[in-house]
Formats: sequence, structure tokens, C-alpha cells
Amino acid sequence: MSESLELITTSSDEGTLPLPEPLCREIYEKMLTIRRFEEAVLEVYTQGLMRGLAHLYIGQEASAVGICSALNDDDYLTSTHRGHGHLIAKGGKVDRMMAEMMGKVDGYNRGKGGTMHIADMSLGILGANGIVGGGMGMATGAALSGKMRGTGQVAVCFFGDGAINQGAFLESANLASVWSLPVLFVCENNHYGEYTAAKDVTAVREHVAERAAGFDMPAMVVDGNDAVAVHQTAVEMVERARAGEGPCLIENKTYRYRGHHVGDGDPEKTYRTQEETDTWLAKDPIPRFARRMMKAGMVDEAELESIDTTITKRVEDAVAFANESPYPEAGEVTDHVFA
Amino acid sequence: MSLPERQITYGEAVREAIAEEMRRDGTVFFMGEDVAVAGGVFKVTVGLLDEFGEDRVRDTPISEAGIMGAGVGAALTGMRPIVEIMFGDFITIAMDQIVNQAAKMCYMTGGQASCALTIRTTIGAGRSSAAQHSQSLQAWLSHIPGVKVAIPSTPADLKGLLKTAIRDDNPTVIYEDKMMYGLKGPVPDVEDYTIPFGVADIKREGSDVTLVATSSMVHTALKAADELEREGISAEVVDPRTLSPLDMDTIVRSVEKTSRAVVIDEAYQSYGVTGELASRIADEAFDYLDAPVKRLGAMDVPVPFSPGLEPQTIPDEEKLVRTVQGLFHDVPV
Repeated sequence: MSESLELITTSSDEGTLPLPEPLCREIYEKMLTIRRFEEAVLEVYTQGLMRGLAHLYIGQEASAVGICSALNDDDYLTSTHRGHGHLIAKGGKVDRMMAEMMGKVDGYNRGKGGTMHIADMSLGILGANGIVGGGMGMATGAALSGKMRGTGQVAVCFFGDGAINQGAFLESANLASVWSLPVLFVCENNHYGEYTAAKDVTAVREHVAERAAGFDMPAMVVDGNDAVAVHQTAVEMVERARAGEGPCLIENKTYRYRGHHVGDGDPEKTYRTQEETDTWLAKDPIPRFARRMMKAGMVDEAELESIDTTITKRVEDAVAFANESPYPEAGEVTDHVFA
Repeated sequence: MSLPERQITYGEAVREAIAEEMRRDGTVFFMGEDVAVAGGVFKVTVGLLDEFGEDRVRDTPISEAGIMGAGVGAALTGMRPIVEIMFGDFITIAMDQIVNQAAKMCYMTGGQASCALTIRTTIGAGRSSAAQHSQSLQAWLSHIPGVKVAIPSTPADLKGLLKTAIRDDNPTVIYEDKMMYGLKGPVPDVEDYTIPFGVADIKREGSDVTLVATSSMVHTALKAADELEREGISAEVVDPRTLSPLDMDTIVRSVEKTSRAVVIDEAYQSYGVTGELASRIADEAFDYLDAPVKRLGAMDVPVPFSPGLEPQTIPDEEKLVRTVQGLFHDVPV
């Protein structure tokens, strides 16, 4: 790397909001839906209504929504173990998601996948993934498929800072680049892979995105808590991918406000400092975006409250829907092994 | 009724099956290391690039996990990729993509996703290729629910099963024995010749012992059967053709007739194909058996390079004959 990558952010110009109002409303509502949904997941998990593991996306909302708001319905997405936000951002329904979390038959996957495997093939969501880096090949293949069928579809591969060290990244990035496939590799750098600081285990000068140079693809380092910056970057890269100019690596710098998963202790007492977390809390993407909408005259406090009330109600309804849904019949255990 | 036949090789069967399926379905494409310009290291895919072009016949980087992942993604989104993994030993590098992704997508998504991925790869020792190019790892993927596994022994079976695999909406693996690419045999000369998965084939009828044999071991069993015939032992050779699904009915019916069974397969003997088959026979045909079920797999050592060492690691005709004799005459095996 001879040149250093500049952070893409609109933070110095938060008095303006250079996106159309309907889009801003959509971005805000989706980010808030993710936040309220994840809070509800925390609650149902803590109440023992959900088993397994719950990896919350709280704090990273601008990344999922900023990227997905640049996509078409038929574009593809692969997600991660921390995937709830990606699904909601791409259009996933919160009631069917919540039912899946609880292993119920009305869940997206009829209760067979759970939190780490939710998919909605009709929305191009090829699934969250329990293997770190597990979706990278899949996204590359979906992009190959779109290219071969001449549909103009792009594929977004979300992954964390941990996955950048998996071999799957090298193999997928190389293949996507050498075949000029329309893939956006989106690294959500929340600075910790489970309980280990990314900087301690990742050989880069400063940014994970530096690795793009090794694959002859453009790199973008983005303020991942700035929905505007993420969205604008995604629009540009999606356009480039659709034009046949190949893949890119976007690094959204962000932070998870909770631990690796619910119930794994207090991160601030073990592997990170309260001071660091506070710095990131001050950059919370949701109030940050709300302030800009207010400054732009799109909403006022009262309307923000009413939006929140509506979303909170939708999430409560989703929990009720999931609670009421039955578990699958025992006989379903052998269904769907094969198509 | 017998069908018109042609003699082709096991390798030509691969090429014919792929070409025919690519002609009938535009979503079928083929990718792997050196498969296009070079026509494959075993030269069995020569000519496909010329007929179908570089969009549908793709040379890939040496990147097994990457290729397999791309195959999975393409299969989930409306294509029917055929992925070649040059040597079956290399499939270990792509295991996450097959075992954790492809095999589970349909189930984990509650039936939303289908993954019409066909994987072609090789097995078989015997050419001094040493321990990383000679293994028969068919047990690995046969162990995984959600993957269908074929292990053809003849050009006809290979062609029919590969065509079926390509049309299947699920991940399928075809294990081709690299030592048999030059083997000639009759193939039905009809436009649309396919063989369903889960249907065993009786390669030789007999009445005294059932030899359940796979892939190249079918030919070993047939030779052993000829020799046993001279001793007055009539051996029936049953070829399961697919390990998953497995046609136990045909095997059990054969054992019902013969009362004895020996299983032979080139996978390592321990925790492998022969163990599973012998166990299933012991369970499901116990009442018919007059002797314990015996089995012959590859010796539990890494496949050695030296021509002085390698042959003894592979089950052969002599060992099989002795094993069968032991079932009749109490001959030490």
C-alpha cells in the first residue's frame, strides 16, 4: 500500500441531509426497527423464550441499512451470525424472523434454522451463516449466476472483521475479481472478533480494506455509523458492479454496543474499555441520523416519537405472533433434507 | 428388451453426460481447475470448451474452497453448476462449502432453498501418486445428510448417474475412479439415458455368496467370482452404484438367496463404507446369514508411493477369494 485510505464520512456536514426525504424516512425506520427488534430479542432470550445464541446487531444499524437501501429487491445478500440487521434492512419480516428465533413453525425456516440461518430466498437473502466467512463463496456464486443469466443483479457479502482472516475471503475475492463479478464485499469492522481485538490478530497497516489492493479491487473505508456515507458509497459501488466493473471491498467502521452474544458477560470488564465504548456510543447511528432529519426539517420530536411507537408496536406484535406460533410437528424432522 | 449399444470409455462417458446435459439445459455450466483449455488432467473433458464456450466451461484458479463456494452460490440462484475437484483428496479443502453450506441449505431454510450442485471428483490408488493423490474418501460425504453420492463402476453407470445428478435439485457427488478412465464398456445408445439414484445393479448373478462391491472393486469382485466359480462357489456381485441413497433391498434380497456376504470398497477400512454396509447387512439380513459378514477396505495407512508398497494396501482379487473361501472352508484370512 503506497497510499493511505481516507475515511469516507459526512460527519463534518451534519447540518445537511443530501438524500431524498422518502429514502431518509425508510433508512431511519429500518435502523430503528433493527434496534427495537434486537432489544426484543434480548428480552425474549433473557426470559428463556429463545434458546441457542443471540448475537445482537445493536450499534451497527447504519451499515446494514446504508448498504441495503442501495439494492434492488432481487439483489442477493449473504449474512453472518450477527445477521438480524441485514435481514431487516433487505426487507425481512420481523414476525417471521422472531418466530424463527423461537424455533416456531411460522418462522422463515419453519424453525429449522434459528437465529444463525434465517433466509428469505424471495428477497435474495441467501441466509445468515454460522460459519465465519461461510457466505463469501455463496455471494460470489450468486454474482456469477446473475452475470451468466444477464440479469444485472448484484450480490452483497456481509462479514465481520474476524472473517477477513479466513481463507474463504482470499479465494472468493480473487475469483470475483478475476471474473469481474458484481459482488460488494462489505466488512463490518466492529473491532472485535468474538472477544479478541481485530487489531491484535489482523496484519494490516491501519484498515482491513487495505487488503483489496491484493485483489485489484477498489477499497472504501467508511464511517459505518454514518448511514449517509454508507449509503452513498454503496450506491456508487453497486452502480459500478452493475456496469460490469467488478467487485469492491467496503469496510464499515462500527461497533457493537453489546457483547459477542447475550449472556457472555460484560465486555467493558474484560476485553474492552468503558472509555472506548462511550466514544462509540456518542456516535450512535440512530440519534445521529434523527438529528439530521430534524435539522433538514423532515421530522420533529413528536413525529420521531410516533415513528418509534409504531415500530415498537410492530415488534411487540412480532413477539406475540412468535409466542402464539406452535413448534413444528415432530414428523417434520425428516422433511427438507432434500429438495 | 435390449437397447442398442456403443462401446465407449469411462472417461468418454463423463464428456458425453456433461455435453448432453449442457445441450438440453442452458443453466448447466462446468468449472474446475484445468478443465477447459487443457480438457482436464485426465483429458476427459476435452472438446467441451470448443462446443460451449468459455462462459459455460470455465478454468478456475487453484482454489477448491472458492470454486465450491461459487458453485453453491450459483446453485442457490437458478444455475446448475458442475464443479470438478481434480483429485478427491483436494475435496478436504472445500469441505465447509459442501458439508456446512450446500448439504444443509434446503433443510436449514425449511425447504426454501435448493442447491442443484453436481460435484465430480476422483478416487482410487494404484498409480504411485502417493498419499495426497490416491485416497478414496467416499465415506466422508456419504456420512453427511443432504448430499447424494454416486460411485459408478462402468461407463454406462457413470453416464447415466452423472446425467441424473446434473438434473437433481440437490447436492450430488460423483466419485470417479481415476484408474478406470480408459476402461471400455457398452453404453445404451439412446438419446436420454439416465440411471436413478438408489438402485443397485446385480453385475453377476450367483447363489452361494454375495459380494457387495463399489467402483473399481466391482471389477475385482467379478474376477474373483470367476476364480471362485472354478472352485465351485457361485458368487453374486451386487453394485450399489449410489452410497446415498443406498438400495439395501437389493442387497438384502441377494443375501437372502446366498446366506453369505463380503463387502469390498477402496475407502480406508476403518469407519468407512465397508463398515456401514456390513453393519446394515448384519442388521437387516441377520436371519438369512450362515456366516459373519466380512469386509475388505483399503489398508489403514497413508497410500505409499513405492510400487513395492502400494499394491498391498488396495483390496485385491486374491484377498477377496481367500476371504470368501474362509466363509466356506474355515481358511485363515
